Formats: sequence, structure tokens, C-alpha cells
Amino acid sequence: MSAPRIIVTEADFDLGAEAARLEDGPDTGAVVTFTGRVRDVKDGLHYMQLEHYPSMTERALTDIAEQAQARWPLSGVTIIHRHGTLRPGDRIMMVATASRHRDAALQSASFLMDYLKSRAPFWKKEVTDKGASWVEARQSDEDALESWGKD
Amino acid sequence: MTLQVLYFAWLRERIGQGRETVETEAETIADLIAELRAREDRYDLAFSDTSALRAALDQRLVPLDTPLADAREVAFFPPMTGG
Repeated sequence: MSAPRIIVTEADFDLGAEAARLEDGPDTGAVVTFTGRVRDVKDGLHYMQLEHYPSMTERALTDIAEQAQARWPLSGVTIIHRHGTLRPGDRIMMVATASRHRDAALQSASFLMDYLKSRAPFWKKEVTDKGASWVEARQSDEDALESWGKD
Repeated sequence: MTLQVLYFAWLRERIGQGRETVETEAETIADLIAELRAREDRYDLAFSDTSALRAALDQRLVPLDTPLADAREVAFFPPMTGG
């Protein structure tokens, strides 16, 4: 098991290169990647401002990745999360997991996404035709987290 | 004790700053919130709904009744919206 690859950055990332990094060794039978993108909203999204807590973010993401490694037999885990100003169509983040079998890779990627939604210290502010507003956390995201058991 | 107190997202906007140094005798995070609220209206307003409030002690998410103990940094923020 290798250390998780955690990147917090304003810059975009190379999805293909990140997926290829996890295609390592003859035992890795499955690589799953998930990419989150900024989508347009009803009132016309100009841009999104992603604020984060720099000294906590990397630690929180590492913690989440290590929880996934403890639950599933993974040969690799990558979490990349952007911050700063992002526009519709921009990539926000990605997770990638690699394992011997697809179930572990798929489930752990889903677990990572559910944890990132509610436990990674990021806050989104949307600027639309109607002005600026903070995106509210959704109860359904919190419920999704609960479904994985105690954190 | 001397604490670094950080605010994020709409808490930062309502309080009007992202970080400050606070001298406090508070024993828990909840006590610190009560102290801050008593200071000025902008704190009272920002902390009025504790159900929409999360806190981290030395960069770890903790419940609001957590003792400050020998922590150096407390951060306050709304529920996170990552991913």
C-alpha cells in the first residue's frame, strides 16, 4: 500500500496522467476515477469561488484517504481538489482509486466522494446574475456519509 | 491563554476578518463562542445559529463542547461543501 497522493491546488490537473499513475504493477486490476466539474445553475453562474482552510485541508484529505485504505485493499489513492476561482465547465476535483478488483475500487471512490462533500474544509460561493451566495450543505450529503457508518 | 481564531466563508464575512488573536479564559469551544458573542453585535449575529456552525481545534474537526485544553488554533466555519 502506497501513501495517498493528495494535491490541493489552484491549477487544473491532467486527468489522463493521474489515472495512468495508478495503473501500476500487474496486481492492479481496476482503476476508478471520478471528476467533479463546475456546472451552470438556474440563475446563470458567472463563476464559483472556492475557499479552503489551508493548514487543515491536506491533513483532512489525507485522513479521508487513509480511512479508505483501511477499509478496502487499495494499491493507490489519489485526491486532487482545486480552490480559487472556477468557471462553468472547469474541473473542481478528482478522486482515483486502484485495486485488484473493481468492487473495492468503485466503493472506495464513492466513499471518498461522500466524505469530501461534508468533511473536507472547502466552502463554495456562487456568483450568478442575481449576486453572490454561499452554497449550503445538503442534508442528503450528510445522510450519505452516515450510510458508511461511524466516521 | 492566547489563541489564534480563524473564520471561514460567511462567518468570515459577517465578522469582517479571517483571523485574530484572542486572549481567553474559556474552557471549551462553546465557552469561547459565548465570550465572543458578548463582545460585539457582529459576533453575536455570526454565531446566532450554532446548528449551522462547525469548529476545528488545531486543524481537526471537533464537537463544540470540546475543551480548548492547550490548543493553539480554533477555526469556525459553516458546514463544509467540498467535492
